[in-house]
Amino acid sequence: MFFDTALYISLAIFGLGMLYRISTWFRYRIGIDAKAIPTSARVGAAAKGILLTVFSGKIFTLLRVFIVDTLLQVRVLRQDFLRWLMHICLYLGFMLLLLMHALDKYVTSALFAEYYPTINPFLFLRDFFGFMVLIGIAIALYRRFILKVPRLRTTGQDHYAIIILAVIMISGVLLEGSKITSYTKYQEMVDEYTMAADEQELRALEAYWVKDFALVSPNLKGPFAEQTLAEGKESHEMNCAQCHSKPQSAFLGYTTAKIISPIALGLDRAKAPTILWYLHFLACFLGLAYLPFSKFFHIFASPVSLLANAVMAKEISEPANIATRQVMELDACTHCCTCSLNCSVGVAFAKIPNWNILPSEKIASVKALASGKQLSEQQLKHIQEGIYLCTNCRRCTVVCPVGINLQDLWFKVRETLLHRGYPEFLALSPFSYYRGLMREELADDNYPAPLAVAREAIVAGCELLKSPEKVISLTPTDREFKSGLGLADQASTFSGCFGCETCTTVCPVVANFDNPQEELGLLPHQIMHSCGLGLKDLAFGSNMLWDCLTCYQCQENCPQGVCVTDVLYELKNRAVNYVKAKPQT
Amino acid sequence: MKYALFLGCQIPAHLNQYEASARAVSKRLGVDLVDIKQFNCCGYPVRNLDFKTFVLFSARNLALAAQKQLNLMSLCKCCYGSLKKADHLLKEDSSLRAEINTLLQKEGLNYEGGVEVKHFLSVLYHEVGMEPIKEKIERTFAKLNIATHYGCHALRPSKIVEFDDPVAPSLFDQLVEVTGAKSIYWPTQLECCGAPLWGINDDLSMDLTAKKLTDAKQSGGDYLCTACTYCQIQFDTVQKMISAKRGANHQLSSILYPQLLGLSMGIEGKTLGLQLNQLPLDGIENFFVVPEPPEEKAPEAGEETEEA
Repeated sequence: MFFDTALYISLAIFGLGMLYRISTWFRYRIGIDAKAIPTSARVGAAAKGILLTVFSGKIFTLLRVFIVDTLLQVRVLRQDFLRWLMHICLYLGFMLLLLMHALDKYVTSALFAEYYPTINPFLFLRDFFGFMVLIGIAIALYRRFILKVPRLRTTGQDHYAIIILAVIMISGVLLEGSKITSYTKYQEMVDEYTMAADEQELRALEAYWVKDFALVSPNLKGPFAEQTLAEGKESHEMNCAQCHSKPQSAFLGYTTAKIISPIALGLDRAKAPTILWYLHFLACFLGLAYLPFSKFFHIFASPVSLLANAVMAKEISEPANIATRQVMELDACTHCCTCSLNCSVGVAFAKIPNWNILPSEKIASVKALASGKQLSEQQLKHIQEGIYLCTNCRRCTVVCPVGINLQDLWFKVRETLLHRGYPEFLALSPFSYYRGLMREELADDNYPAPLAVAREAIVAGCELLKSPEKVISLTPTDREFKSGLGLADQASTFSGCFGCETCTTVCPVVANFDNPQEELGLLPHQIMHSCGLGLKDLAFGSNMLWDCLTCYQCQENCPQGVCVTDVLYELKNRAVNYVKAKPQT
Repeated sequence: MKYALFLGCQIPAHLNQYEASARAVSKRLGVDLVDIKQFNCCGYPVRNLDFKTFVLFSARNLALAAQKQLNLMSLCKCCYGSLKKADHLLKEDSSLRAEINTLLQKEGLNYEGGVEVKHFLSVLYHEVGMEPIKEKIERTFAKLNIATHYGCHALRPSKIVEFDDPVAPSLFDQLVEVTGAKSIYWPTQLECCGAPLWGINDDLSMDLTAKKLTDAKQSGGDYLCTACTYCQIQFDTVQKMISAKRGANHQLSSILYPQLLGLSMGIEGKTLGLQLNQLPLDGIENFFVVPEPPEEKAPEAGEETEEA
């Protein structure tokens, strides 16, 4: 009764959860263009796409990917043998336990007429599969808590996954061990299966079981006489052997039985086997019911992601299907952190404490965004910074074991975030190069806006530049600013400037304009001079800073050894910090 | 000759042909290239925003090379300039070095200097040497005018990058001329390609790129030649975009140096990834000197007839 009720409740939650999670693939939206595609169109496009793919030559690609990447997980193997071993142990061990042990009534019995859980090879295999999962759990613990791989973050979901698996496995092994030693269980079986046995035979059988089957009896203790054991063996072969192999084959349970044997009688009286049985099944049912909402949902989503990405590409696929795939990919993520370990800019995290720099952590933020969760301005700015701090090197996409096209995901989310209008100063750096290469994919009015927003945000913080008519007072100068320059690099060399304008003369950017001051604000020599005067606002506010090519012509040609380009670099750093630190008005 | 190959971020994503051709040429010239999978971005793009993060990026790469006791060879000049700059700073500034090393130590890395950062062209010129390269040339170009583009971050700041004479460099021209092509004089040769501003101020970037293209073309260049990731993408992919936006009055295809050298060494165009360039390069093989029928052949034929 308990069993059936609990099973059906958890199955119902599992089923509804699955439906709910899969429905989000069609309901959530990532990217500006996805907003225009209604859910119904996405469902239709997906159905059509799947049908067209399955009944085409692409079915062979799907088969290959299913075997190589899903079953054998070669993509994980290519990254790291230990991780592959861990995952193969976990998923193969668990799958086989599920089929052979949990679903034995439907699967194993159907396949093997002789099936009985307590005879070999099934007795041995159950423990062997359990052993595989335990090895997997041990490797996971070792990797996450002992190796402490940098940039491998362990979140609540990772803890949950390890804990629930460990509880299921360990409770299972303990249950088996306690059942082996249990006198109550033994007695129940004897009552049911030993027909026409007299007192002496039963004592002999019990003796035999105590000796060879790790039974702990309140009445009998070895050593036993040869004669008794021989009688017991005879009775065993007649009554029990058909269904019972020696428990040594169940090496985990048997080891447990041996360990607990001194206290086995007490445990048996305290109904340990029954308690452990409840624990084992409740853990299984909890795992089942919560699966769609936990990281175990990847069991379904990851193969779908691998298969979809094997046959889909931006150039050939329906935009509606791309939109669906990108939401689905978020569920496919197993938070294995392979992307973050390989990320070209992951090292920045050591200096800039924003988790969103790491691709594996960005996924969680993108999930929150896609689900329409209300995020604070601060959170949004953090996600935006994390997504912009990316060289678009494709490494994350290439290494992802479940084939998520992360780079395309970042591209879409980056634009959606920029669209909100928060200034992103990283846009004024070569991190924008890829965005420039991809500009034809962006609407004409969306493309330049973030660049203008970032520049305006900096200029807005520089009062002096906005009022050219204002008389500049030269005393007192901003000494803090003046002496602060040069902390990082050779920026203090600005003091050598005597205003010869060589830097400005050789600058290809200045040369590009008929009226450079109108376009650029202060010119290089003027910026050097404003540093000398401690006029922070003038130095920070000029377009010249952000239009500098860093070609080093100025610095190379300066007769005074002023490191002009390096000064400009430092001013850029400081301008951004200054504006960021300024309270918002 | 053994180097840790530093590819940077853009080559694997957008410029596979640079890697393919550089590897093919290096193999023929006996330059052994080692891949260090853990390399990260050189730090170039982050320098605008945070100087120390930039140094940390480069330092980690240098530390990884140091761990393997290898010198580092970069294909990209922006990576080269960044790594050189960071290496210089780490040598000069012991407090910066200590600060960066504290961060690196979290992953068991450390950098105390000692890694030589080289650009691909310097390795070819100084380490392989012109004579051995000449020996490997199988066919030479004739009447091919190449506008050789040096790239800013290899030349300047010269005290730090130590690539060549910043005012009158000749290293790259000599390497081009080894193939029989002529490296022409063009006034804007040492100026910037415009790439650093692409994505930040496209109009300005396009102006600068277009100016160089016009100059190279007017000076008689048949092709541009680069040895830098950003310069090549700018002159290839971005030029194509400029042509679409502003009209194609100055189209001039750009070839990567190892592609040019590789062709001359008799390596197949496909191996060198010529087909991956956005602007066509198929005409360049027409500039090869047509081998004259070997002179010995006639007398040989004569001998044969005599014998017969």
